[in-house]
Amino acid sequence: MTMLQIKGLNTYYGESHILRDVDMNINQGEMICLIGRNGVGKTTLLKSLIGLLTPRRGEIIFNGDLVNRKPPHQRARSGIGYVPQGREIIPYLTVEENLQLGLEALPGGLAKHKKIDELVYELFPVLKQFLDRKGGDLSGGQQQQLAIARALLGKPKLLLLDEPTEGIQPNIVQDIESAVKRIISETGVGVLLVEQHLHFVRQANRYYAMQRGGIVANGPTSELSKAVVEKFLSV
Amino acid sequence: MQLFLESLFNGVAIGSVLLVAALGLAIVFGLMGVINLAHGELMMLGAYSTYITQLIFKQVSFLKPFYDSYVIVAIGIAFLVSGTVGVLLERTVIRRLYGSPLETLLATWGVSLILQQFVRSVPLAYASGLVVALFLGLFSPLFISDYLLSGAKGKLIRACTWGFSALVGVATGGILSSLVSKLSRASARNVDVTAPSWMRGGIDFVGITFPKTRLLIILITVISVLVVIFFLDKTAWGMRIRAVTQNRPMSDCLGISTETVDIITFGIGSGLAGVAGVAVSLLGSVGPNVGGNYIVGCFMVVVLGGVGNLLGTILASFSIGIMTDLIGAGRLLTIWPDMPSPIASTIDFFATTSMARVMIFALIVIFLQFRPTGMFPQKGRMVES
Repeated sequence: MTMLQIKGLNTYYGESHILRDVDMNINQGEMICLIGRNGVGKTTLLKSLIGLLTPRRGEIIFNGDLVNRKPPHQRARSGIGYVPQGREIIPYLTVEENLQLGLEALPGGLAKHKKIDELVYELFPVLKQFLDRKGGDLSGGQQQQLAIARALLGKPKLLLLDEPTEGIQPNIVQDIESAVKRIISETGVGVLLVEQHLHFVRQANRYYAMQRGGIVANGPTSELSKAVVEKFLSV
Repeated sequence: MQLFLESLFNGVAIGSVLLVAALGLAIVFGLMGVINLAHGELMMLGAYSTYITQLIFKQVSFLKPFYDSYVIVAIGIAFLVSGTVGVLLERTVIRRLYGSPLETLLATWGVSLILQQFVRSVPLAYASGLVVALFLGLFSPLFISDYLLSGAKGKLIRACTWGFSALVGVATGGILSSLVSKLSRASARNVDVTAPSWMRGGIDFVGITFPKTRLLIILITVISVLVVIFFLDKTAWGMRIRAVTQNRPMSDCLGISTETVDIITFGIGSGLAGVAGVAVSLLGSVGPNVGGNYIVGCFMVVVLGGVGNLLGTILASFSIGIMTDLIGAGRLLTIWPDMPSPIASTIDFFATTSMARVMIFALIVIFLQFRPTGMFPQKGRMVES
């Protein structure tokens, strides 16, 4: 079943044309990887999906609803979880409060929901140790784990992950990879992943490759040939 | 000892007026980053609300037995009045100017002039009616279920609530002006709020008299500060406000309605200005310009304490208060009687209320040269980014 459908999406930053006629489909529970070199518009696509950027033309249909004009908080509440590049942890809130903010996307918001799902601590045990620390004082890798945990707590149907392993030490990269895998198998969430690590890319069901703001190739990741990888991943 | 106590009390009393006035600004300017020059006029509205409440309690027969408690009622009313006007200001003016501080500054200055002239030229009874209408119009949709407000019938229902609010407002204005004759004519003259009998005089303690009005203002300040801290730290809306002020786009992506947060934050900040207005009305006469006397001091307190830091605001206002008392009342001379004559004459020169203000602002300016971010700047690894 198609969960997210993107048709002819065009997004601009001011006058510069970034996304050009992007088409994409994501099915329920599917893991999609978006690859492409720096500056081709991967982050712009994710920002258009969550609503931080408003596309000029085209349609974004999520669960049958046209969401083009909806503000980010309504999209979050309708089931899109967003883990941005650079993590965007709320710096002066504690780790626990940052996690509680994740509950805001549930119906009723954080006033009704107080309990943090144990699954989060199982996936990222380090968060439980640092509950009282300020979010801004965590290391990059810990912040990344916190950002994923926070998005997960809103029980999204689609999770947007923007370069979750960028600039993070290798052992935590592995933790994050296995956590994402486990999240998909246990919650059945659909994932749209922007990634540079080939190992992580290979775990996706399908890939879309971007070049100069448009989708230029797509298919199952098992068919991801060496030539394609070299062309679209900056190794 | 006695001298020390008296000095401390006076300083705290001056500081608490500053603090209660600056508390709302600490939220609006400190947390939201909105430079609201109409903050003083919101205080003025709070002071006028006290005056109107007092007159109503005096004139309306069934409220007369409760006359002594009008001050407490006035605090709530002033909060609602200033909060309502603040919300209207946010929705109509400030909302369109987020991210452009210079334009916000000019626009809110304009609003402050409008508000000053408004209380001069509009009879207070009709002004109250207008505020009642605005209050009902802005907030009654919150109590109607979302189902009724959606779609085409929603627009009709919204229009109906505004029509109903307008009617109630006109009725309130009419009733007030017929009940209380003083409110039925516009007047540019200053008015006086008389304290109820239990607030007159003072309490004697170790040979010093503490005036009761001052004590009440300190009490109002302490309660306001505690309520604000509790609200920001412990409630769901407080957490949303803190999240939005620290990272607006990401909070939006997490499902927080930033628009609602803006309205609530601004409403509470403005409401606190109203509470400050009650305190101000107890200290002196109330006029259209009363807010202007406080606005500079408020900004000074917030900047000196470190923008966005409540604890800093508290300490800054008390230190300014104590300094004002030490310099303005010439207390340094009493403490150290035989100081060398050049210093003594300098201190003597500054020993009036207005000169003390000059001295303190000069000291603050010098202090900010060395610590531009105030007494308590934000710390940590996230500051640079």
